[in-house]
Amino acid sequence: MQKVTREQLIERAAALFADGTVSSVLGWKRGEFDYDITPAVFESAEELEKEFVWNDFCGANFSKYLVSKTVKAEEKILVFLKPCDTYSFNQLLTEHRFDREKVYAVGIPCEGMADIEKIKKITGEGIAKIECGEKLAVTTIYNDAPVPVDPSDVLAERCANCKSKKHVAYDELIGDEGEVVSSARFDEVEKLEAMTPDERFAFWQGELSRCIRCNACRDACPACTCEVCVFNNPRSGVENKAPANSFEEKMFHIIRAFHVAGRCTDCGECSRVCPQNIPLHLLNRKFIKDMNECYGEYQAGEEVGTKAPLVDYTTEDLEPGEVFDRRDTDA
Amino acid sequence: MQRIGVFVCWCGSNIAGTVDVKQVAEALKSEPGVVFSTEYQYMCSQAGQNLIIDAVKEHKLTGVVVCSCSPRMHEATFRKTAAAAGLNPYMVEIANIREQCSWVHKDMIIGTEKAIILGKAAVAKVNLNAPLTPGESPVTKRALVIGGGIAGIQTALDIADAGFEVDIVEKKPTIGGKMAQLDKTFPTLDCAACILTPKMVDVAQHEKIRVFSYSEVTEVNGFVGNFEVTIKKNARYVKEDVCTGCGICTEKCPQKKVPNEFNLGMDMRRAIYIPFAQAVPKVATIDPNYCTMMKTGKCGVCAKVCTAGAIDYTQKDEYIEEKYGAIVVATGFNPISMDKFDEFAYNQSKDVITSLEFERLTNAAGPTAGKLLRPSDGKHPEKIVFVQCVGSRCDSCAEKGKEYCSKICCMYTAKHAMLTRDKYPDTDVTVFYIDVRTPGKNFDEFYRRAVEDYGVQYIKGMVGKVTPEGDKLKVQASDLIENKQLHIDADLVVLAAAIEPDKSARPLATMLTASMDTNDFFTEAHPKLRPVESPTAGVFLSGACQGPKDIPETVSQAGAAAAKVIGLLAKDKLTGNPCIASSDELMCNGCSSCEKVCPYGAITYQDKEFRMPDRTTKVRRVASVNPAVCQGCGCCTVACPSGAMDLRGFTNEQIMAEVDAICK
Repeated sequence: MQKVTREQLIERAAALFADGTVSSVLGWKRGEFDYDITPAVFESAEELEKEFVWNDFCGANFSKYLVSKTVKAEEKILVFLKPCDTYSFNQLLTEHRFDREKVYAVGIPCEGMADIEKIKKITGEGIAKIECGEKLAVTTIYNDAPVPVDPSDVLAERCANCKSKKHVAYDELIGDEGEVVSSARFDEVEKLEAMTPDERFAFWQGELSRCIRCNACRDACPACTCEVCVFNNPRSGVENKAPANSFEEKMFHIIRAFHVAGRCTDCGECSRVCPQNIPLHLLNRKFIKDMNECYGEYQAGEEVGTKAPLVDYTTEDLEPGEVFDRRDTDA
Repeated sequence: MQRIGVFVCWCGSNIAGTVDVKQVAEALKSEPGVVFSTEYQYMCSQAGQNLIIDAVKEHKLTGVVVCSCSPRMHEATFRKTAAAAGLNPYMVEIANIREQCSWVHKDMIIGTEKAIILGKAAVAKVNLNAPLTPGESPVTKRALVIGGGIAGIQTALDIADAGFEVDIVEKKPTIGGKMAQLDKTFPTLDCAACILTPKMVDVAQHEKIRVFSYSEVTEVNGFVGNFEVTIKKNARYVKEDVCTGCGICTEKCPQKKVPNEFNLGMDMRRAIYIPFAQAVPKVATIDPNYCTMMKTGKCGVCAKVCTAGAIDYTQKDEYIEEKYGAIVVATGFNPISMDKFDEFAYNQSKDVITSLEFERLTNAAGPTAGKLLRPSDGKHPEKIVFVQCVGSRCDSCAEKGKEYCSKICCMYTAKHAMLTRDKYPDTDVTVFYIDVRTPGKNFDEFYRRAVEDYGVQYIKGMVGKVTPEGDKLKVQASDLIENKQLHIDADLVVLAAAIEPDKSARPLATMLTASMDTNDFFTEAHPKLRPVESPTAGVFLSGACQGPKDIPETVSQAGAAAAKVIGLLAKDKLTGNPCIASSDELMCNGCSSCEKVCPYGAITYQDKEFRMPDRTTKVRRVASVNPAVCQGCGCCTVACPSGAMDLRGFTNEQIMAEVDAICK
């Protein structure tokens, strides 16, 4: 359950509307289902009152929306940022992707978001209604009485392995500031590393062959903000290309992981939005882990203006040969 | 569609021995765009080049693929050939079927298959080639020489004599380097100082030469013809332009217990010092690590006795920025540390010394005024053992020594042995050697004179152990020819320590983006044909920084490097490389990745207005490349996440086409 209430956020946003600080608000509203919360732009306090949502399903990271929303904006836009969202926020600022002057960032604490797939494992399919509180009260079309679910049992993977409760950017903070927390987020990567190449190939074959190329991961990813994505660029030769064989279907995700390497903040949006539940974040985490090990700890988006290890050069950097040798000893 | 001609070179038997060149030419005939394909014995010969020119005209070729040696060898040659035939020189691609194929394969079938694949890749690339026109950049007519030893001095003098300005940066307080520390020089035995110091004076007096002593290079930017260099002039706490070099301060300074590095710590100097009498510039330097005034604020004797008023305890390091057209590296060498060679008891006994220390012991300006006396008790040594190859030519002991031959030791050991016998005929001199290597003009004669005329005892074998016992050094050695163990009671043991590049060379190479080998010697652009040029354009090599060298060799290489520099500085403009990066503004999202990786600072950003498809406008931050500064390294093209940055001549599309051709 979230410690900060919906009412607190609406109240603060309404005040900022009233004193003219902002002219719009980036927030969440209900989608098709109770658990399907989507981003929305609110233009007035009345709209907020009517549709604004803040609960255990507000996973969407708004940082990326600022790229398009600040281009034409005359006045400031209010954005609610959970701690992990602020890393993406900073990373986009590092890349000069939006105008900081046009943003009023309100940091809000987050107790972790729920993973609907995990809920379904407990309650079964056919969810008709979810009420958020101390417990999630889940009503399905197959039972009359709501099933109580403990939110801590159904935390999304990225929240169970939360890397930071601390906001690294905001104009104002609602609620208490948290700390950077030590997480077990690389445990899964280590398991993959321990596999033989054949096992690992089989693992990814199994995962990535489910991909339907809906592009949701790319469209949600705050690091994917190219003017023209290489997969949409007619000159790239791979525009909307259908996989020619079972290996090519992996290429999209591998290329994407390379493109965001060093810029990925590990916000986990890719895996959250994947309709096929592919653990895409593991690809990015492997890159992050390798970079940490080869070039020292680095967290993308921790500060604005930092040079990621892959676009920086120091005389202490590992030589490619040393990286290669390490791989041998790892295997 | 291109009309491509393929020309497969035999390179005599270099390629044709392992690659079926006829089959390669035949196979490439059917590649897309290829209208002509042939092979010839030596494509780089006049006849071979004429063959290309004729084919271009006859078949109206628009692109040329030469399957031959490395493009580093003959790309320029074949580009000129294409230009002579009226083609744009950048319509030529080389498939390296020698270094990357015939030389690394022994099997004809495998070699031929690979040669065909490499040829296909080159054809695929030429299909996407576009004519390119190089730009021009001006040349700053001034050279920088890093290192003021005999190599740097000779290079600087030769460049300056040709009329160009030269700056020498020397990290020590004086120029002169190792040669200034030597006594006599082989094979003619003239005194090192007598032939070196006049050159040092020439440097000091030359109107075209500036010397930055006690200084180091801290930053290098730019490129051939246009280097921007930051020189850090370390504070010497003495005003260089005021000090007359009278030396009063160095006599009156009360801090007398400073190890004298010029005499390799075998005697003491003061905290304010002039390294040696003929130092250039002849200016005192305060050693802040020992100066009482600098450490405690109480003393000031030197300031009191200095009649010129040159002492300035508050002097700060000074940073000088200067532009150069060419840079010569002349950072020299040092003997390796003997710390890891405990078997020779170097750290246990004062009477085990290195050859360079022996030079100082026999030098009239050295700690013993030229008398050969044992460092421990000042007695005349009656039995001296010289040990050669200490740390050189190690394979088993590579972790403590060097695998290479240090080259100069055989000759200077012969010199030391000969001079000792000449001056002190009562002294018994034994030299232990693995091989005696004395190629060079009058070198072997010199060595034979040491043996035959001066009675130096040469024993083939290695010294296993030296043990100090009483005032003697027990030397255990093996005589490989007599096949017996020897036990010698020596008074003095002289170790011919291996030499290694100066420690400053590695960080300097990084600054210059010049390549080095595993021993930290600078690599030359070509070991035979371009021995004084670094692969980095505008960076030249002089002296032992490139490999072990004696003085005659160093001086000739120094002159050769100077000739190359003069050839560069004599030009008013340099033709640039048209293979540079450019950014597609419609795709660039202004993320700065390219700017962060650009080693040349060639990328800047600007806010630009774009018309959108819906007829509105949008201001976006986009990258732009300065074509005069870009060197075409391609870092930006791989860093660019959106593929907006591309490298002319090596476009992403071309490289993908090559990969596709190889993988098909």
